[in-house]
Amino acid sequence: MSKQIQVSGLDAYYGSHKAIEDVSMTIEPRSITAFIGPSGCGKSTFLRTLNRMHEVIPGARVEGKVLLDGEDLYAPTVEPVSVRRMIGMVFQRPNPFPTMSIYENVAAGLKLNGRLSKSETDGIVEDSLKGANLWNEVKDRLNKPGAGLSGGQQQRLCIARAIAVRPEVLLMDEPCSALDPISTLAIEDLMAKLKDQYTIVIVTHNMQQAARVSDRTAFFNLAEQGKPGKVIEMDETSRMFTNPSQKATEDYITGRFG
Amino acid sequence: MATNVQTRDGGPAPSRSASRRSHGEGLFRFLSTGAGVVLLGIMAAIAVFLIAEAIPALRANEANFFTELTWEPNSQQAFGIGALAFGTVLSSLIALVIATPIAVGVALFISHYAPRRLAAPLGYLIDLLAAVPSVVYGLWGLAFLVPLLRTPSQWLNENLGWFPLFAGEGIIGGKTMLAGGIVLAIMILPIIAAISREVFLQAPKMNEEAALALGATRWEMIRMAVLPFGRPGVISAAMLGLGRAMGETIAVALIFPATFDITFQILTPHANSIAANIANGFGEATDIGRGALIASGLVLFVITLLVNMAARMVINRRKEYARAGA
Amino acid sequence: MTSTPIKEVREDGRKTSIQHISTSRRIKDRVVQGLVYLAFALAVVPLVSVLWLVVSNGLERFDLEFLTHSMNGIGARDAHGGAYHAIIGTLEQVLLASLISVPIGLFTAIYLVEYGNNGRLSRAISFFVDVMTGVPSVVAGLFILAFWILFLGFEYSGWAGALALSILMMPTVVRSAEEMLRLVPNDLREASYALGVPKWRTILKVVLPTAFTGIVTGVMLAVARVAGETAPLLMTVFFTNSINNDPFNGPQMGLPLFVFDQAARPNDTAIDRAWTGALTLILIVMLLNLVARLIAWWRAPARGR
Repeated sequence: MSKQIQVSGLDAYYGSHKAIEDVSMTIEPRSITAFIGPSGCGKSTFLRTLNRMHEVIPGARVEGKVLLDGEDLYAPTVEPVSVRRMIGMVFQRPNPFPTMSIYENVAAGLKLNGRLSKSETDGIVEDSLKGANLWNEVKDRLNKPGAGLSGGQQQRLCIARAIAVRPEVLLMDEPCSALDPISTLAIEDLMAKLKDQYTIVIVTHNMQQAARVSDRTAFFNLAEQGKPGKVIEMDETSRMFTNPSQKATEDYITGRFG
Repeated sequence: MATNVQTRDGGPAPSRSASRRSHGEGLFRFLSTGAGVVLLGIMAAIAVFLIAEAIPALRANEANFFTELTWEPNSQQAFGIGALAFGTVLSSLIALVIATPIAVGVALFISHYAPRRLAAPLGYLIDLLAAVPSVVYGLWGLAFLVPLLRTPSQWLNENLGWFPLFAGEGIIGGKTMLAGGIVLAIMILPIIAAISREVFLQAPKMNEEAALALGATRWEMIRMAVLPFGRPGVISAAMLGLGRAMGETIAVALIFPATFDITFQILTPHANSIAANIANGFGEATDIGRGALIASGLVLFVITLLVNMAARMVINRRKEYARAGA
Repeated sequence: MTSTPIKEVREDGRKTSIQHISTSRRIKDRVVQGLVYLAFALAVVPLVSVLWLVVSNGLERFDLEFLTHSMNGIGARDAHGGAYHAIIGTLEQVLLASLISVPIGLFTAIYLVEYGNNGRLSRAISFFVDVMTGVPSVVAGLFILAFWILFLGFEYSGWAGALALSILMMPTVVRSAEEMLRLVPNDLREASYALGVPKWRTILKVVLPTAFTGIVTGVMLAVARVAGETAPLLMTVFFTNSINNDPFNGPQMGLPLFVFDQAARPNDTAIDRAWTGALTLILIVMLLNLVARLIAWWRAPARGR
């Protein structure tokens, strides 16, 4: 149902600047993997290499391998568009399409992949909104603009939009950083529910959040400003937060830097 | 506070300095408010004096100004705006139909397709189109475009003559509505392109990324996140272009053959416009003739005013909308 | 709403691995890309064509005689004559137009930014500046004809032409100056007020110098725009074939008017003069544009601060 991601020897560049270096890891299906680390350590950059959103930025490129159940996402015959179709993404700030209604926002991705009947679309929209724990709040105003919802609701709308196209993997780039604590809690509950069906990767600045929601955690760090970021340590979240093997990880988790 | 000013100025006693300061302040405020009021006054004066100088001619007019087609103010004191207004609208619409899609394409090219480094210089190249004086476009149209269009016009007439715009008998091609419309299109293209480019560049990056992350191609991303956002801007840009095309004078004065009839046959040498008629008729105008031309200028002023105000209203509504979305 | 079981759809999707996007989507994307590139090419073609023809046809008569002689006593079929009288006229008219419109435009911009407080008057002025931008140039000429020549009874002159041109320049000057004044950070103003410097001196000594190069750029672009205007000159400076250095007395000539006049004649010699006049005009306009861009470019790094 959901797929495994294997990364090996991955470097990512912005122009001539190397943002991350030699990242290798395995991300297990039907689990939540969290990336933590100080600002600028490349964890968001790395996340964006997993669905080829990194190369959207002019001059950005990637070297190395990312395998989705054994298939190389960066193989020459693979189009970024199809990769993104399979690996959905939720962004830091909720970004529903401002000119579209709630319904149209959820259906936006569906429309790309061929015609569906009205009733099929209705069904998927309802399922996706239910899947994003938003259905009860919006079912009476599906034709109202998505931008009229609260920040937390908008973010769940974006999650509904992402799962409506049935991706294999869901990438979340600090999805709660613009939200209040109650909305954050709602998203965290949602993530726990979604992990039954999806491979979930989340970047977060919030260590408690990583400890609460994730099964495995990767700690990113960089030697100094201007140097590329690297994975320092990756492990079961419970072990990482109680008994990290690296000094830097411990320092970061206990709040000594970052 | 005042002491600071004095020491810096090395000024004299506080009272004098204070009064000098308020003099300066008062004068400056007066000058800047006055300049603004002068500007408003000019706009009002344009309307007032055009009306005042048009009235004698309109009184002497023996025909209905709004329905009469001919323009004989000098000899017969009969003139009407009918054919000229029709020509103004038709030539501007031809220009708009040609220019808008190309300008939107150019705007998308600069904002979303051209390589980043080339976008700015290529945009400047399009801006250069606007820097060419209209009389040069007129000369170019007359000496180059008019002869160039003859064969294609005849081909269109022969093969698609059933279509009313391409119909017509006798002379086909030459100084036609189509030639003028194309020149006008070239002249308004940079305005429409520049405004559209700006609104396309303002489309929220986060929505563009959202579309791409859903697996949209570049075109699908533009259709989802850029065009809906930019539509009001493009509409008002097109309307500003329309206003510009209607008022454009010299280029069409050189190209249009100064006929006075209403026909949709844009491939025949029947074309004129209010502005072209003013430029061509001014040299030989009598007093009544000048008044008649001023009356036609008043009509042009009102039409372009309405088109421009409508365009501004669309822009302003977009601004509110953009603010609400932010 | 009928509910589609998620499972079923997912089972279908799982059979295949990373799919290619459908051919129709790919074709649509490519076709649009092609159209966008084509649109740009179509827009550049007339520019290249105009510039090429102006340069190649204009160079023929682009000589010292053209730049130093008038058309006095030259018939349309004679090969000689030049645009000296028109060049002089254009330079004087544009200079006078700038002298009128720059102070009014600049002070209006100062009013809008510094004194208007977005009140009713300021909004009215702002709206009508926009509207004024759309006033057709021929209407500006007719207004000066109606007001200055017919109502007040003055004669056709370079000055009347300058009045008409200044109406076209004003809104451009206001808008560009306003934009530049708004770019001046409020911190600078407040720092000056905190020192006890009154508002008008702050504007004069702090705000205007900061915005200066930007304002100059805007003025140059406005000048470049009106330098090519023909229609408003037609009914204000009228027309002459001889040199008239005095813009306040008697009909003058303008370079755009010269091109218009020569282009409308059916003789090759006149058409040649029209092309050369067009070349001269484009050179002047492009030079002004270039200077404006250079000033803007020279200033650009300072904006990054």
